[in-house]
Order: sequence, then structure tokens, then C-alpha cells
Amino acid sequence: MAGYIVRRLLQAIPVLLGTTFLIYYMVFAMPGDPIVALFGDKTPPPQVLDQLRERYHLDQPFIVQYLIFLGNIFRGDLGTSFSGQPVSEILATTFPVTLRLAVIAVFFEMVFGISVGLISGLRKGGIFDASALVVSLILISLPIFVVAFVAQYIFGIQLGWFRTTVGPGAPTQDLILPALVLATISFAQIVRLTRASVIDTGTQDFVRTAASKGLSRTRIIPVHILRNSLIPVVTYLAVDFGVLMVGATVTEGIFNVPGVGRTLYQAIIRGEGPTVVSFVTVMVLIYLVVNLLVDLLYAVLDPRIRYAK
Amino acid sequence: MKIKRFGVVAIALAAAGALTLSGCTSGDASSSAGAGDSSAVVTTNGSEPQNPLVPTNTNETGGGKILDAIFAGLIYYDAKGAPVNDVAESIETDDAQNYTIKLKADQKFSNGEPVTANSFVDAWNYGALLSNEQLSSYFFESIEGFSYDEDSELTGLEVVDDTTFTVKLKQPESDFPLRLGYSAFYPLPESAFEDMEAFGENPVGNGPYMLDGEGAWKHNEKIDLVVNPDYDGPRKAANGGLDIVFYATQEAAYADLQGGNLDVLDAIPDGALSTFQDEFGDRSVTQAAAIFQSFTVPDRLAHFGGEEGKLRRAAISKAIDREEITDVIFSGTRTPAHDFTSPVIDGYSEDIPGSEVLDFDADEAKKLWAEADAISPWEGSFQIAYNADGGHQAWVDAVANQLKNNLGIDASGAPYPTFAEVRTAITDRTIQTAFRTGWQADYPALFNFLGPIYATGAGSNDGDYSNPEFDALLKEGLALTDLDAANEKFQQAQEILFKDLPAIPLWYSTVNGAWSESVDNVEFGWNSVPLYYQVTKSE
Repeated sequence: MAGYIVRRLLQAIPVLLGTTFLIYYMVFAMPGDPIVALFGDKTPPPQVLDQLRERYHLDQPFIVQYLIFLGNIFRGDLGTSFSGQPVSEILATTFPVTLRLAVIAVFFEMVFGISVGLISGLRKGGIFDASALVVSLILISLPIFVVAFVAQYIFGIQLGWFRTTVGPGAPTQDLILPALVLATISFAQIVRLTRASVIDTGTQDFVRTAASKGLSRTRIIPVHILRNSLIPVVTYLAVDFGVLMVGATVTEGIFNVPGVGRTLYQAIIRGEGPTVVSFVTVMVLIYLVVNLLVDLLYAVLDPRIRYAK
Repeated sequence: MKIKRFGVVAIALAAAGALTLSGCTSGDASSSAGAGDSSAVVTTNGSEPQNPLVPTNTNETGGGKILDAIFAGLIYYDAKGAPVNDVAESIETDDAQNYTIKLKADQKFSNGEPVTANSFVDAWNYGALLSNEQLSSYFFESIEGFSYDEDSELTGLEVVDDTTFTVKLKQPESDFPLRLGYSAFYPLPESAFEDMEAFGENPVGNGPYMLDGEGAWKHNEKIDLVVNPDYDGPRKAANGGLDIVFYATQEAAYADLQGGNLDVLDAIPDGALSTFQDEFGDRSVTQAAAIFQSFTVPDRLAHFGGEEGKLRRAAISKAIDREEITDVIFSGTRTPAHDFTSPVIDGYSEDIPGSEVLDFDADEAKKLWAEADAISPWEGSFQIAYNADGGHQAWVDAVANQLKNNLGIDASGAPYPTFAEVRTAITDRTIQTAFRTGWQADYPALFNFLGPIYATGAGSNDGDYSNPEFDALLKEGLALTDLDAANEKFQQAQEILFKDLPAIPLWYSTVNGAWSESVDNVEFGWNSVPLYYQVTKSE
């Protein structure tokens, strides 16, 4: 098991180098000079432009810029944003917020998605099942910003149940509404995935055997059906973490959450290479770790899958 | 029975209470002007400053709004844009080139350091020095000693005593005093020069507000300002402080105003432009801003040089129905342009000779275009470049359509994905089409809308326009110390612009704002920023 984890972690190194290189290249290839844009509609004197380009190494060829960036990272220096703030500091303040948001969203997805999916699967063809399918179809087809604006208007402005946007310090209770909105993207998918998986597992031999042994439904459903149905759902959750990070860009904008999505978006607009790459690197890292955790979870869910060697 | 009677009494009491209460509130409302709680904190919208909070390195509104609150310059601009002395006792000149500036005595920075002549001279020298790479360094270019090519001291600045210094300019510029309220000219305490980076994070100023302690700037979230007890100038705060919350989108800020989390909002999102006045009534404002919008058609484009170019530009200008576009596309939140400046600037006039070229007249436009065709027949298509990330598509398409219909030519928008991209193409002169241009004044003066954009070789002269007559009139205007006489010269200079049309004027932006029930005395300044210091909070 330990060997497996170490091997997986070592695999992360080429993945990280590859992604940072690609991202850095893409930011570099973005047309337009970010320093020129700093001056708005006004045209800066060329001498000032040159000086500033030099400071951010923007006058160097791409590969030199990238190597400087890599070298600095190894020295623990992620660079500074145009506003003069160390990128490491921006990371430290924004990531916890987005992580909290994502964790709450995943929690809602799991609790509601799995339970609705389970009931649907067990009562296949019933009214509950039919309405769950319709609702999930609607949610899948709605763009997230529509859900976000509607939720903000109804629950924030009209009913006043939640703050319209997230307050300073991003307290967890303020994150509930955006997290619910974020969760709607995947909630529908999880319902459908769980439902299909439950129906599938329900017809398996071991379930019939368990039933013929006289086990009660309260034992068969959680232990035999649900547990064996969860593997595709858990796999999906891992991928979903990435989707959540993307969805966060929209949701964080609408609810003004001081998190990764909002900051990353602004950094891309401003063409701040080092900030963008550092953010994406950390996102890739999180993604890798979550996937590793999921792979480890398989063994817990299904003893037939083992990594011991 | 007893219970019922008690009920009646309770209702009566409640009713009486409600009456007195409502009486109270209406009484409050009528006397609220000038009243209000001077210790309550006002919350308003802002955006994360793009740069560290150093006055000479801030050229965008997010940081500018904060700097204007925590610093006091020699002068400030009142709601109408007129200059009023703030730190300055007097600013005097005989020849528009040599200025003597006297400061009020006993002024302090919020860390206790005195505000002296040196606070200004050192700050300006810092801002002008090439190797300090300050974004606003060009503000000092007219002071003697300034150089873009090497590090050079501003030799035109001389400290006479603690409260007096003199400024010598390279040439007469009568609107120099008008510039002094801009953030680039704010003073800095001595402690700033020890570590400018740290200072930019926790700036110490001499204005009506100061940072609420170290780390009051919570990046990407907000900045908390409290009243600076040492400030004793004309902008003394009528409230207990200012919390500027940073929003990534105007929609989020507007939602917060509706949800009661925000007191003052100075930008209404496009989606709410047609409804916000109904919703907020007299707690909303729509007023002209010092922002001029246009598109530039450089001389170097084929068919746009010389006499032919003049005719074509006039034809294009006359083929655009500005009224219709501002009504339909902008719901009346833009005002059709009548000149090259802005209605909020002193000296503005709607009746400059030649300005008829901005009036819509399709027949005349066709005629002018045909005259140009007689010189050299038109071929190809006319394009206007814009950045797709800035919400320009709607009006560019509308203008292109009108050109198509009224001139019978092929016209279209040429979108660039990002602002950086289109600005780079403009700065490099690689752009081969007409392009969107805009100008937001740095200080309220006619010259600021003309000199930096259309003077020969000027910094932001993106169209490389050059007309010696125009340059001469600007120069004459700058040499006059009488402001009205100077403005007359600048208006004459505009007459030349109307003939040449180096840029096609479109419209002036307006500022749209709204505020909550809990604040009073909200007034927007000439630069579209609310005068926060006079806002009072009623609870």
C-alpha cells in the first residue's frame, strides 16, 4: 500500500512539470502586452514600458521566462502579482476559501445526490423516480450562472435567508448558498449515476442470495446494494472536484467569493503569468491528491480491489 | 373579558407607538440633511487595486478611490470639479511657468510626521524618477529636469522653507494648478522612502481617512478606513469611516445594495440600467462623467489621408445617429457628444463652430462620401476594432450598421479578444483599421482632453494626428494665466479638430449610482466617485 502511494506521488512530478510548462506557454502565447493594458486607454512612454517589461522578465524569450519561474519556485519564491503581493500569500488566502466551498458543495451533492439516486433506483418507475429524473434533467440543462442569479435573487434579495454575497472573511454560513448552486451541476449527474448503479446491483446474484438468506431490507440496502453501487459514483466525485473548481469561477464571481476562481480569472485577464501558473499548479496538485484518495477508497468499498503487493 | 380589554389597550398602545415612531422617522427624514450618525461606518463598492497603494503608481479607479480618501493633495475638486485648496494655502504665478506654492501650517500625516514642502518635493521626485518605474511618472514631464531617458532630478522644484516651495515648468502651462488635486501629486511621509513596497501595502497619508491599522487592506476582499483625527482640512469626514468592499462584478455589488449589505454603489450593472431608477428613486443618480468616447481613424489608413480623409471622416461622423444609439443600446445612459471634452468640465460648450459635423444627416453624409470618391474611389471595407471583453460589441455593430445603411459601404466591427491585445496593436501601430478610443480625464480641465491626445507627438496620440495650427492654439492657451481666456483658446483649437476629426466623437459616459436608505448626503464628484467624506449614515 505504502509503495503504491509513493509510486503515485512520484508520477505527479512529470504531470506537474508538463502542466506548468503548458500553462506557462499558453499564458505567454496570449496576444497583447499585459503592461500596455495596465495603462488603460492611455499610452505610456516607451521607456517606462521597457523598464516594467524588464522587471517582470517579459522582455525575455519564453523558455528563459519559464526557467526563471521554475528556478524561483525551487527557491520557494512564487513571484509577485502586479499589485505587489506575493503569489504565495494570494494562494494562502484564496485556496482555503475555495476548498471550503468545494467541500460543502461535494457534501450536498453526496448527501442529496446519493439518497435521491438510491430511492429512485429502489423504486424504479414510480412517481418519485419519474420526478427525480425530470428534475435532474432540468438541472443538467440549466447553465450555472442562471441557477446562481435566480438563487441569489430569490433566497438572498427577496427572502433574505442568505446574505446576497459572501461577506468579509468568507464565513461558512455565507458559503452555503453558493455551494448549493455549485452542487446543482453535479447533483443531477450523481442522482442518475447512483440510480443506474443501484438498479444494476439490485439484480446481482449476491443481492438475491442475501435476500433468500432472509436478511432484512435495512441490512441489504446499505451494506449490499449501496456500498457496491458507490464505486462509479466515487470515481465521478473525483473528476467532479475539477469541475467544481471551474464552476467556482462563475459562482465566485456572482457571489463575490474571495476564492481561487475569481482571483485566477482576474490574473488571466491581466496576463499575470506567474500567478496563473502557480494557481493552476496547486489546482493540479489537489486534483492528483483527490484522485489518489479515490483510488484508495476503492479498496475500502470493494475488497476485491486490492493494491497490496 | 379582562384579556380582551388588555388586548384593546395593547392595540391602542401599539398604534400610538407606531404613530410616534412614524412621526419620529418622518421628522428625522426632514432634518436629516447634515444630521446623521458621525460615528457609523459607510460601506461602498470598490475593486482590488491593480498596484501597490503608492500615489504615483496608481492610475486606475480601484486604487485611486482609496488614495483620494487617505491622502490630501494641495487642492481637491468639489462636486462640480472646481479646485479648492486642501493642503495648499496659496498657489501663485505671474507667467504660468513659475509657481510659488505655500502650505497651511501644522499639518500632519497620520503617523505624526509633519507635512512640509519636502513631503511634496521628495514625493514628486520619487514619482518622476525613471528607474522607479512609476505608472504616473508622465504627470511630471512638464516640470524642469524631467527626463524619460535617464534618471534625473526635478531641478524645477525648490524648497524655500518648511511651508513654501517653488515649481519651474519647462514651458508655460496655465492649467498646472488644476492638475495638483490628482493622486500623482500627493505628498509622502519620509518613512515611505525607507521601503516603498511596505508603504504600498500599508500607506500612511494625510487625508480625511486612514487605514484601520496594519493589514487593513485585505487583498481581494476589502479595505477598512477610519477617520484620521489629525486631518483638519475642508474634507472633514461626516461619518465614522469607510469600508470599501472589492467586487469582481458589478452584478454582485448591485445584489448587495438590493440585499442591504452595501450603502453606496457607484456603478450599476448593464442588466439593471433600465430598472434601477424605478427601484431606488431619489436614492439614485445619473449624471455626466468626465469620460469621452470616440473611435480613431488614423491618417495612415488607405483613403484617410489629406483632403479625401477629411471628407470621409466628416461623412462617417454625419452618418452616425448618436441619439438613437445612446437611447436604444445604452438606455439613455450615454449622452451624445457635442465636442471633444465633457460637459462636467469648466469651459465646456455645445456650440463650437463646426460641431454640426456631429449631427446626423444621411444625405449630407452620402454627398461628402461621394466628394471623397471623386478624389479617389473607395474600395474595401471599413472596420472598427474593439476589445471583446469590454462590452463594446453592441454599439460597434450599431455604428457599423448605420455606416452600411447611410453610406452604402461595407462596414463591420473587428473584435480583439482582450483589452491588452487591442491596446498593444494600437501602441505598436500595427493596427490597420479604425479603432475604439476613450479618454477619462485625470483632472477637470479642457486641456486634459486635448493636449495628451491630439497634440503632435503627445503620449496618447494613438492616431498620430498632427496640425501645427492646433498645436499653436494649445500653446497660446497654456501661456494665459486667466482661465477663461485660456479656455477660449482651447475652444478655438477644437474648431480645428472638428474640421480634421482625428477621432470621431461619439458620446460621453454617465455615472449611474444608487444608495441605501441608511445614508444621506450622497453626491457624486466630477470624476464619478461619490464624495464619501460628506456621506452621513442614519443608523
